[in-house]
Amino acid sequence: MRLSTHSYSTIRSIQGPLLFLDRVIEARMSEVVRITFPDGHEAEGEVLKIEDDLVLIQIVGESRGLDTDHTQVVLTDAIKRAPLSLAVLNRAFDGSFRPIDGRRMFIPDTWAPVSGFPLNPVARLRPQDLIETGLSTIDGLNTLVKGQKLPIFSCAGLPSREIAAAILEHARAGRSAAEGAAGGSVVVFVALGLTYHEHAFYQQALERMRGDSVAFINLASDPVVERLLAPRFGLTVAEHLAFEHGRDVLVLVTDMTNYCDALREVSAAREELPGRRGYPGYMYSELASLYERAGRIKDTPGSVTLLPIVTMPEDDITHPIPDLTGYITEGQIVLSRELHQRGIFPPVDVLPSLSRLMQRGIGAGHTREDHRAIANALYTHYASGRDLRRLEAIVGRDGMSEADKKMLDFADAFEREIVHQGTVHRDIGETLNVSRKLLERFGLTTP
Amino acid sequence: MSGRIVGISGPTVLVEHPGLQLYERVTVGHARMMGEVVRLERDRSIVQVYDSTRGLAVGEPAVGTGTHFTVRLGPGLLGQMFDGLQRPLDSLRAEQGAFIQPGAEGSRPWAARALRFVATKKPGDSIRVGEAIGYVEEGAFRHPLLADQEGIIDRIRDGELDAEAPLAMLREGQQMFAFHDWPVRVPRPYRRKLTQFEPLVTGQRCIDFLFPLARGGSAIFPGGFGTGKTILEQSIAKFAQSDIVVYVGCGERGNEMAEMLDDFSSLADPWSKRPLMSRTIVAVNTSNMPVAAREASIYTAVTMAEYYRDLGYSVLLLADSLSRWAEALREISSALEEMPGEEGYPTYLASRIAGFFARAGAVETLDGRTGSLTMILSVSPPGGDFTEPVTQACLRTTGSFFMLDTDLAHRRHFPAINWFQSFSLYERDVSRHFDEHVAQEWSTLRQQTREFLQREASLREVVEIVGTEGLQDTDRLLMRTTEQIRRQFLMQNAYTEDAFSSPEDTLGRIRDILARHAAASERLAKGALLDELLKEGA
Repeated sequence: MRLSTHSYSTIRSIQGPLLFLDRVIEARMSEVVRITFPDGHEAEGEVLKIEDDLVLIQIVGESRGLDTDHTQVVLTDAIKRAPLSLAVLNRAFDGSFRPIDGRRMFIPDTWAPVSGFPLNPVARLRPQDLIETGLSTIDGLNTLVKGQKLPIFSCAGLPSREIAAAILEHARAGRSAAEGAAGGSVVVFVALGLTYHEHAFYQQALERMRGDSVAFINLASDPVVERLLAPRFGLTVAEHLAFEHGRDVLVLVTDMTNYCDALREVSAAREELPGRRGYPGYMYSELASLYERAGRIKDTPGSVTLLPIVTMPEDDITHPIPDLTGYITEGQIVLSRELHQRGIFPPVDVLPSLSRLMQRGIGAGHTREDHRAIANALYTHYASGRDLRRLEAIVGRDGMSEADKKMLDFADAFEREIVHQGTVHRDIGETLNVSRKLLERFGLTTP
Repeated sequence: MSGRIVGISGPTVLVEHPGLQLYERVTVGHARMMGEVVRLERDRSIVQVYDSTRGLAVGEPAVGTGTHFTVRLGPGLLGQMFDGLQRPLDSLRAEQGAFIQPGAEGSRPWAARALRFVATKKPGDSIRVGEAIGYVEEGAFRHPLLADQEGIIDRIRDGELDAEAPLAMLREGQQMFAFHDWPVRVPRPYRRKLTQFEPLVTGQRCIDFLFPLARGGSAIFPGGFGTGKTILEQSIAKFAQSDIVVYVGCGERGNEMAEMLDDFSSLADPWSKRPLMSRTIVAVNTSNMPVAAREASIYTAVTMAEYYRDLGYSVLLLADSLSRWAEALREISSALEEMPGEEGYPTYLASRIAGFFARAGAVETLDGRTGSLTMILSVSPPGGDFTEPVTQACLRTTGSFFMLDTDLAHRRHFPAINWFQSFSLYERDVSRHFDEHVAQEWSTLRQQTREFLQREASLREVVEIVGTEGLQDTDRLLMRTTEQIRRQFLMQNAYTEDAFSSPEDTLGRIRDILARHAAASERLAKGALLDELLKEGA
């Protein structure tokens, strides 16, 4: 701990969001710095790198107006922490945790470092309690469980936000809700680089939603570096609500593509070696440090479930952002442009979609004992129907056997009746019932 | 001697500390975090820190320990879960709660467990290096304790193991302990490597039958996300015919580790019927744990695996995934501002990988026992593109390659091993063993299965154009049979009883399918109607 405040005006250079400070006596990695502009207003920054007495600082916020003569930099000796209290509920903040709902900042009970600490793997509780979303393609075929991280892979122009809003409005944690989570579930909504229009849409969805929520809003016009901070605030608040107050927290982060682009922007300014498509080589670890904060803890009520939305650039699932995300998360929900164009909502392509934690969350005691068999049958038959569509395009329907024609019809019916549900909300029982009926209508046994 | 921190960049710190050695262990900062010297300059060294450097300040102390980064080897490792630095996770949890704080040392694993030493040598006996002086019953395992020096025993005692007290004293005054420390980056010595021929049965039909593995061999399975790498890796860890399994979760998901630990504590080893955890050591460094410790974790694990190999056991090392290790290497290399090679990976990537693979093998140990260390590593190529540097570097050194296919995975064909692209260099040697020990027809049936699958692939091209109706009857029958091969033989559900298949079951299944095909072909030749035959077999 330093005994006095260290204030410097020895700026060597400023490049975009980065500032090099010279002749620093003592600096701490990741410590918060306060920067006073020549015109008197303040911004925050964080120490990124120290080499002898030269310190590299990342400015959070706008760097326009800085100079090398009059700007003052104060090293605070503390790393970035988030203020925590139950008073965050039903409030909205910006990417630096300043209130934007017109009310005053609350008085925190406690503070915690925004970067969090890794959860000890032996302390993790295996996630296996269903979260019902009301969407058959998720509940029936790619079941979400408490403590899971399940991203939605979308393409530009697809209704990912409508799906996210539908999940927010209907998500309810399954049967074990009674035993844990005294205060019910909470939604932590983190908006990264959203347009005002998108933000307004989510705002309405949050208002329609029953239950508590917390919002961290970074709009497209807000500082890029705040985009790197906002999800960390969101997750720190989520961990606090979950593990200190026993709430089931659903964290919705949209859009991770903007997060990664912000990361690339800062990395390029630091003149780091670019990796694939210019994204930094440490992007995997960086994303993991966010995504891995989802989970549950043994002997502790509460859970953090993470639903990031990723817009795939050029609809390409092998692009580094969805690719690295998919390697960290426990599955993915993939949206399809083709289904969307045919008017199917939600346009979820179930074949590349996956929920890795589904196996333990379904079946007797969780959903229904025939759940697994129904899901497997739907998959197998839909996959073969989809294969046959390619054949149909070449030889035409007339050239195909009766059995093949049946599979084609099944695939169509599956998309129209199970995938497509418009604004209708189906609970898990209904999802399984309509699926079962569809299989029976086509004479397909559930194995 | 001690020094101080003068710079910090990502997972590395620059220290001013005279007299350090390359790869010497250094404790960094007031929190006493562990680090390792990775570059030396005069009086200034770069230390890679095995913990998060957040909050570390310049001016904090850095102290060389005079030793290299080591792991402690001895009885009591089995059934334990460690992090990448061999800190026992259970005791970390007991000390710190659910979240891991930086700088914690964690008490050593054996403190908690009572183990009894039984001497088999007596005072006056002369011993050689590597010879057993006694044993410890480690669960169901008889764990011999081997001498690390030669001489004549002066004193030796039975009784409770104590990390601090020697087991035996030699005439010349040297002491022998139950535990010793070994630097992880140095392969443990052995007398000679054996040419491998014994199979390692994994319980996975596709692997055992089409691409068999040998004890002491190595295998990689690369696959994009969602192709079932982790499930396959864990299935093998559960069911493989191996005395000891060392599992490394290297930069992967925490929830999956929780799932695995949960499964393992409730399942039994299908070969010995003992609890699965009693033969397993887990080292885990999830993706959000410090990057440098991720780099170290596979070395920690391989050193523990070699230790059990040296006791004369067959050991299987599974790592998920090697790509995360390579990425950690890349992150450190980039913090060191080294000249990058392909895709930003350091140029020594391939030689490090080759060096790691070289630690696999069946060996004659220093005291003449036979032990083996087999490696099965998953690789996560970005975008599922196998031309990337890690997969390519592995392909040059590995003995078998199981390619996981995204297409198969989307059809829920698991394990999604592509049967055309995969290979095993051990096939010939190991087949001989299966022919002799399971059934003579093993190789013949495999050849036939391969041919069927090959013909199906070419028939599929025809079907794409003319439809199934346009095929000849014999070909349609073959298509039906290959579908059965795929569905009833190659596919294996990891969540049911079917997750494990003994070599006899594997053989039985394929024999039945091919026999039914032969019978149906014969009847077809005699004029039976195809549609009826297809109906019967359905």
